[in-house]
Amino acid sequence: MEEALKRHKVPKLWQGPIVKTAVVASLQKLDPRHLMKNPVMFVVEVGSVVTTWFYFQGLARRSAQTSFSGQISLWLWFTVLFANFAEAMAEGRGKAQADALRKTKTETVAKRLSGAKPESVNAARLRKGDVVLCEAGDVIPADGEVVEGIASVDESAVTGESAPVIRESGGDRSSVTGGTKVNSDWIKVRVTANPGEGFIDKMISLVEGAERQKTPNEIALNILLAGLTLIFLVALVSLQAFAIYSGGPVSVVVLVALLVCLIPTTIGGLLSAIGIAGIDRLMQANVLAMSGRAVEAAGDVDTLLLDKTGTITLGNRMATEFLPAPGVTAAELALDAQLSSLSDETPEGRSIVVLAKQFAPKPTRLQEHGMTFVPFTAQTRLSGVDFDHTSIRKGAVDAVAALVSKMPAQVLSAAERIAKSGGTPLVVAKNGAARGVIHLKDVVKGGIRQRFEQLRAMGIKTVMITGDNPLTAAAIAAEAGVDDFLAQATPEKKLELIRREQSTGRLVAMVGDGTNDAPSLAQADVGVAMNSGTMAAKEAGNMVDLDSNPTKLIEIVEVGKQLLMTRGALTTFSVANDVSKYFAIIPAMFMGIFPEMAALNVMRLHSPHSAILASVIFNALIIIALIPLALRGVKYRPWGAHAVLRYNALVYGAGGLIAPFIGIKLIDMLLVAAHLG
Amino acid sequence: MTMIGWASFIAVLAVVAACAKPLGSYMTSVMNGERHVLTPVLGRLEALVYRLSAIDPAEEMPWRQYTAALLVFSATGAVAMYAQLRLQQKLPLNPAGLGPVDPALAFNTAVSFLTNTNWQAYSGESTMSYLTQMTCMTYHNFASAAAGIAVAAAVVRGLVRVQAKTIGNFWADLVRVSLYVLLPLCVVGGLFLVSQGAIQNLKPYEKVEGVQGFSQTLPMGPVASQEIIKQLGTNGGGYFNANSGHPFENPTPLSNFVSMFAIFLIGGAMTYQFGRMAGDQGQGWALFACMSLLFLGGFAALYHFEQVGNPILAAHGVAAAGNMEGKETRFGIATSSLFATITTDASCGAVNAWHDSLTPLGGLVPLFNIMLGEVIFGGVGSGLYGMLLFVVMTVFLAGLMVGRTPEYLGKKIEARDMKYATLGILIPSFAILAGAAWAAVRPSALQSLANAGPHGLSEILYAYSSAVGNNGSAFAGLNADTWFFNNTLGWAMLVGRFFVMVPVLALAGNLAGKKRAAPSPGTFPTDTPLFVGLLSSVILVVGGLTHFPALSLGPIIEHFVMLAGKLY
Repeated sequence: MEEALKRHKVPKLWQGPIVKTAVVASLQKLDPRHLMKNPVMFVVEVGSVVTTWFYFQGLARRSAQTSFSGQISLWLWFTVLFANFAEAMAEGRGKAQADALRKTKTETVAKRLSGAKPESVNAARLRKGDVVLCEAGDVIPADGEVVEGIASVDESAVTGESAPVIRESGGDRSSVTGGTKVNSDWIKVRVTANPGEGFIDKMISLVEGAERQKTPNEIALNILLAGLTLIFLVALVSLQAFAIYSGGPVSVVVLVALLVCLIPTTIGGLLSAIGIAGIDRLMQANVLAMSGRAVEAAGDVDTLLLDKTGTITLGNRMATEFLPAPGVTAAELALDAQLSSLSDETPEGRSIVVLAKQFAPKPTRLQEHGMTFVPFTAQTRLSGVDFDHTSIRKGAVDAVAALVSKMPAQVLSAAERIAKSGGTPLVVAKNGAARGVIHLKDVVKGGIRQRFEQLRAMGIKTVMITGDNPLTAAAIAAEAGVDDFLAQATPEKKLELIRREQSTGRLVAMVGDGTNDAPSLAQADVGVAMNSGTMAAKEAGNMVDLDSNPTKLIEIVEVGKQLLMTRGALTTFSVANDVSKYFAIIPAMFMGIFPEMAALNVMRLHSPHSAILASVIFNALIIIALIPLALRGVKYRPWGAHAVLRYNALVYGAGGLIAPFIGIKLIDMLLVAAHLG
Repeated sequence: MTMIGWASFIAVLAVVAACAKPLGSYMTSVMNGERHVLTPVLGRLEALVYRLSAIDPAEEMPWRQYTAALLVFSATGAVAMYAQLRLQQKLPLNPAGLGPVDPALAFNTAVSFLTNTNWQAYSGESTMSYLTQMTCMTYHNFASAAAGIAVAAAVVRGLVRVQAKTIGNFWADLVRVSLYVLLPLCVVGGLFLVSQGAIQNLKPYEKVEGVQGFSQTLPMGPVASQEIIKQLGTNGGGYFNANSGHPFENPTPLSNFVSMFAIFLIGGAMTYQFGRMAGDQGQGWALFACMSLLFLGGFAALYHFEQVGNPILAAHGVAAAGNMEGKETRFGIATSSLFATITTDASCGAVNAWHDSLTPLGGLVPLFNIMLGEVIFGGVGSGLYGMLLFVVMTVFLAGLMVGRTPEYLGKKIEARDMKYATLGILIPSFAILAGAAWAAVRPSALQSLANAGPHGLSEILYAYSSAVGNNGSAFAGLNADTWFFNNTLGWAMLVGRFFVMVPVLALAGNLAGKKRAAPSPGTFPTDTPLFVGLLSSVILVVGGLTHFPALSLGPIIEHFVMLAGKLY
């Protein structure tokens, strides 16, 4: 993940072009049809219209209040504009990415294979099921599955990764994306998506937020915010009645000002920006979330299913030890092992050669011996070398046992010990006699253990998925510090595990790439498909990792949590702010009727007008001030829930209580200095 | 503030806490339909009731059916009571020949008793016949309390059941609560009050010669039996006008103490019952702790302002030691303050001192207590389910802050739950403000006010808060027996009762159907001091933000004006 983050640098927040577009967009978003979707900001807009009307009425009548209602109106309009600006900023960052993607969608001519000869058609006219031929230099015209051939494909347009990848028919590397380019060789591709519905199209609409729908949690929060807005509306209408009773009705402009200060504008104004920014932050990490719902679900995940290979361990097993049979020295065993692995290009084979060099020098003049290498086959499950009248083989214990007349007990016990410790024993045999055992070991990634400890503190259970036998799996699980493991995993077993976890109310996240992972990806609450995987896997999951880095699941969970935390923190902050606004505005409203109200003016604000204006200005400016927090998200801390709650309640609750007292007082002083109060 | 004042506070809280476990466990058995200590005694009676009314106690109801049963039961009771009030002149046991009750007053009174409010806009002696008093008042004192406890139990079932469609059987809950909880407690409590000197007879009024030589008529009646259900069922409607300030209702300091304790008894025990049913006693105690904390805050403030008293009177040398206006000398400042706090923490409404005569900020406390929704132990049943609404809201905010979809008792709190919780919390505030605002700008309504200025506004606010909160205590000073107040307050009581009950039952029904996730370190615990603190803050902030503007023109400004030397 760290590498991924480094490669995809987080863009600067305030980029000139994005800000410029956002300013324009924030004016366009004043359209009431758009604002209607956000009850809090819609109320502010209606309030702005009302105060503006009073301002013009005052102008016509040359009323003394005109300048005051003018200033209030201005700041109320700014409140709406700032909220629009926040949303536009969040969208703008996505739009910039969408534009980059759109450039890949140039007009392509496809070679459709309908008869014996390919015919040239415009890519836009391709339909699902068509088969096209793509040769070196061609841009693949649409998303599809390779049905024939093998080619190296440059996918940098989608992934940002410059190294080409291999795409071939069958297996888990058969999917290609429209807009990517064939570097060498040729493939035949069956189109799986109509034009406009392809992967890049989806990406564009996602990052632009065009298909954005409110997430479940956002809806719940909106209900609360709408409820609060409504009750404040009633409180202020009733306040006018009580003011009339007390002998001094309040001016509508002041009532609207108080209303806007009280309703949760801070969170109401930033709510959609937070949601868009969440998807965007995943985008920065090169993860495509198919919906905001998926990002939110990631924050709720209780169980992470992680594939052992590549996620928990380095991709390959390494030789770490030679255990010679009786009568054989370690150097002799090392030499035999080395010889048998010289042509073995698998990472395991190379690691054996590397280790053997520490015991015995590389044999010279090999060619003179007329060596023939015997490659590994699924039938023999052995590999090795034949030269002079010598035959060396290496393989699993049972495979080698067939060659050896009598397997020494020491070799057997060594192999068993290795298996128990989670390693893989390879027995080396020379001319029908066992020479010893090579210890191949899974190497657990550095720092992964600490990562799992953090996850545990966050309440997330980690389950390692591996095809290894239970013994090996248990040993690696213990070394990596995962909570549980699923050994000898099959797609069915995986699916069953997910269902079992979900039946107890837990949310499950997993990573997969193969077609046989598709059912599990679909069943999991958060299914992250590797971009290198098959189309079926990508369609089944609700996220795609363009870097195909399974470790990123952990980052995804953190982004999801951050999203919810940011919403919670700003809601708390917004509501806590209200206390100070009462102390600013209520005395200002009623000092005319009851001079004793001055006792509530704890901030000692200069005048009723300056007090009300300062509150409205603070209320508007705080939205701008919190845009970076909304877009970046509150800092994620891998603590337990109790500690996180205590910290956030203190910072955003108590902080939200105190901060506006200071802010309003400062603005009041500035207003007085500028002779505006 | 004196040691005795604080000792009374601690004693009430300690006894309520001590009774929570035995009574709460017992009530759990009762509500679960299990065998318990009273089954051998009253089990046959219970079975007989079921047989006569064709109830199958084992039949489980989905929330809609449960709510329908509650509403049918309530409506029937209210209509029957209204009819009886209107026709009492044609019915027996009306020796005084009292005529039919005025329609608006009959509506107000029927609703008042139906909703466990016991707001009394009438004077019993001159309005209600013996039959009316015996059948309507006493019946509803039991039935409304039992209905509240039943709904709370159903709500708890909704919270703790997993993927269930039903939340219990309303009729069985009603019968069990009445038979096994209210009746035995009333028998014991009533006898105790008699032992203290509360009267319990059917004699005619007695004429006695006072020590100063003039004769006096002493009203008699079966006081003790009504007195105990008044407190236990948080009803609050007194037998006499002076309510718990009257020596026949509340004769001794000990009976006063027992009255206060009885108001909190069931509310306190229900938190334990909640913990028991949830299988996690810490959850119950957390609610108990939150309630105790808010109880402490209210009492400390009220007691403080009453002790300080009125500086203007003090300056004239009229009242040296605090504010004794409107208080019984037998009880004094400390216990009167405690009683006023308790009766408004709960939705009781019994009084042993006049709330109208409290100092401005002293009077703010009972008013604010009611505005918070009476969740501090609260009305029987209604206190618990009202508190659970605030819990849902707190859990939602707190859950977001830790970065998870919020959960309570392993149940996810989602949009639909938030909708019901928000409705249940905000509708009562809405009704208080709308009603009071209407009255405040209606000249004919203002003629009912005894006091002008901020104090008059406090009286209006108190009336609507008391009605919506189903408290029933009055700030007095307001003649509520007018067409306008009888009708608006009547509707306020209905809204305050059923517009909380229905959303909360809907919430229960929705939660019952959900899966229950096992707790993990990622879910924040809801039984810690941190959560109790957050819950208390949410209650205070939501209540405070909603009502501060209104209060600022009532008791708050009255206080500052008083400091400046002016009284209303």
